[in-house]
Amino acid sequence: MNKKLRLLAYPYSVWMGIFIVIPLFLILVYSVTTGDIHDASSLKLSGESYKKVLEPIYLNIIKDSFVLAAASTLICLLLGYPAAMIISNTNIKYRGLVLVFFIVPIWMNFLLRTYAWMSLLSPNGFLNRFLMWLGLPKLELMPGQGAVLVGMVYNFLPFMVLPIYTVLSKIDKNVLEAASDLGGNKIVTFFRVVLPLSVPGVVSGITMVFMPAVSTFIISGLLGGSKTPLIGDLIEQQFISSRNWHFGSALSIILMVMILISMAIMSRIDQNNAQEGRKV
Amino acid sequence: MGKVLIELKNLTKRYGDMTAVDHINLTIRENEFVTLLGPSGCGKTTTLRMIGGFEEPDEGEIYFEGKLLNNVPPYKRNINTVFQRYALFTHLNVFENVAFGLRIKKVPKHEIEQRVKRMLKMVDLEGFEKRYVDSLSGGQQQRVAIARALVNEPKVLLLDEPLGALDLKLRKEMQIELLDMQRRVGITFIYVTHDQEEALTMSDTVVVMNKGVIQQVGTPQDIYNEPINRFVADFIGESNIIEATMPEDFKVAFDGVVLDCVDKGFEPNEPVDIVIRPEDIRIVTNPDEGMIKGTVTSVVFKGVHYEMLIQSDYREYMVHRTMMFPVGSVVGMNIQPADIQVMKRGEAIE
Repeated sequence: MNKKLRLLAYPYSVWMGIFIVIPLFLILVYSVTTGDIHDASSLKLSGESYKKVLEPIYLNIIKDSFVLAAASTLICLLLGYPAAMIISNTNIKYRGLVLVFFIVPIWMNFLLRTYAWMSLLSPNGFLNRFLMWLGLPKLELMPGQGAVLVGMVYNFLPFMVLPIYTVLSKIDKNVLEAASDLGGNKIVTFFRVVLPLSVPGVVSGITMVFMPAVSTFIISGLLGGSKTPLIGDLIEQQFISSRNWHFGSALSIILMVMILISMAIMSRIDQNNAQEGRKV
Repeated sequence: MGKVLIELKNLTKRYGDMTAVDHINLTIRENEFVTLLGPSGCGKTTTLRMIGGFEEPDEGEIYFEGKLLNNVPPYKRNINTVFQRYALFTHLNVFENVAFGLRIKKVPKHEIEQRVKRMLKMVDLEGFEKRYVDSLSGGQQQRVAIARALVNEPKVLLLDEPLGALDLKLRKEMQIELLDMQRRVGITFIYVTHDQEEALTMSDTVVVMNKGVIQQVGTPQDIYNEPINRFVADFIGESNIIEATMPEDFKVAFDGVVLDCVDKGFEPNEPVDIVIRPEDIRIVTNPDEGMIKGTVTSVVFKGVHYEMLIQSDYREYMVHRTMMFPVGSVVGMNIQPADIQVMKRGEAIE
């Protein structure tokens, strides 16, 4: 590469060093030590924080976080894929409009959207008043994991729809006609052509939903209440109220490693799919 | 002539106010190589897509082996298509692309293996089984598309400008290969192109279309030598088209001369158009020995022949000769009776 061009990369390297590498390193250091965080000399190497993570109560929170994130990702996929198909099959004249309906929620403040769900789902909220008006029993969704799930799906659905829609709209209509020409009805064409061609979109959709879902603390904080905290709430709590930065750091590191592992699995699936054609 | 395989009756397709295909009638036989020829927007591709089942006719019927085909979806038709831009499956390798149709029909595995291998051998792609279609050249992708269609042993193969994306040399090679394949597999090809040379080279029957209407159906020789109207004459090859009248049978009159011809059956003094191909005009150096006198105004060397423009008192003639006559020379032009094609007056059939 040109030497002058390389110089242009230095500011970015400095930025990365100050705002990404050093903080990450500090978190790593805090996670494996005990002592006063403001006094470097008092820090002692210790595995105490990680041992604490292994306590059943925390393991349960981590498990809940992953199960809930996985569930919301799955629901987003099941809702989002058909939605993306509908949009990509919409007449080009109205497609932009339909697409906007899916995107508009993202334009509104995240916190506001979640508050809106609070008033819908709360014990005396809109939903329950409606059910009472119908003479049906109340639903005790909120506070609880059910409400968290609803909030996550609502907030993250566009991130599933958009990448899948992008991939689907790029599929050449001639290719679908070719599949039909070769004897494939709509169902066969979907499973043998459309679905395999859309895997890259599905993979990026899953990644874009799962990552924020597993680490969220606002949605679970507002809709889940204090009885069922998620790992994001736990980390927030350690840094803000409990002031146990060592334990918070250990939790962060573990969350990071687990996200990295999930990403690695996803990219493996993507590659396998790309290579499937090579097998005879 | 073979058995009738496909019949189009009053077939019509409209897009809004535009009539893409206007009440066409056509009979296609077994083993025939039929080319739908015409400028873009003439309805040739729409006609092909209706036969393939990708467009629904607004009026008229398509019969296949005597049975109405209109409401049969593409995947139930014994017809396969080679698409304009190939439309290969990029997520599958060459083998799986070709095997696609057979896998859907649940053909036994060992048979799929055999048939795909045989087909890849025929299109000269042995050893490419595991290659991704993205990594192939245009010509190779074209062959995969043909193999993918032919492996299903259809009764009819539809080809939508299949050589359009290839360069000239490769296109010429593929024309010969395609023709050879059609003879070997012995099935009907319906071929769409806007390239008149391609149509003349390959077809048993050429169907010339314009504005959704069939202008003329005939052998390449018929179409070239006896165009039915101005449009066909103009679209197929170079031509001198002249407005004339027929004072009596076997005579045409124009520009103050009366020439012999071989056509009859027009009304006395009926206005007609005549076509004279540039290669059918002979030049004599003594202007008085010619039927028409003129001055050479332009000479262009075209390789095999010289293309000369000769100005008479009334019009400019295009003449192809292997001998060159310099610009400015006054010459005579002679035309044999059989080289004058007389057509009914009128631009085209609307």
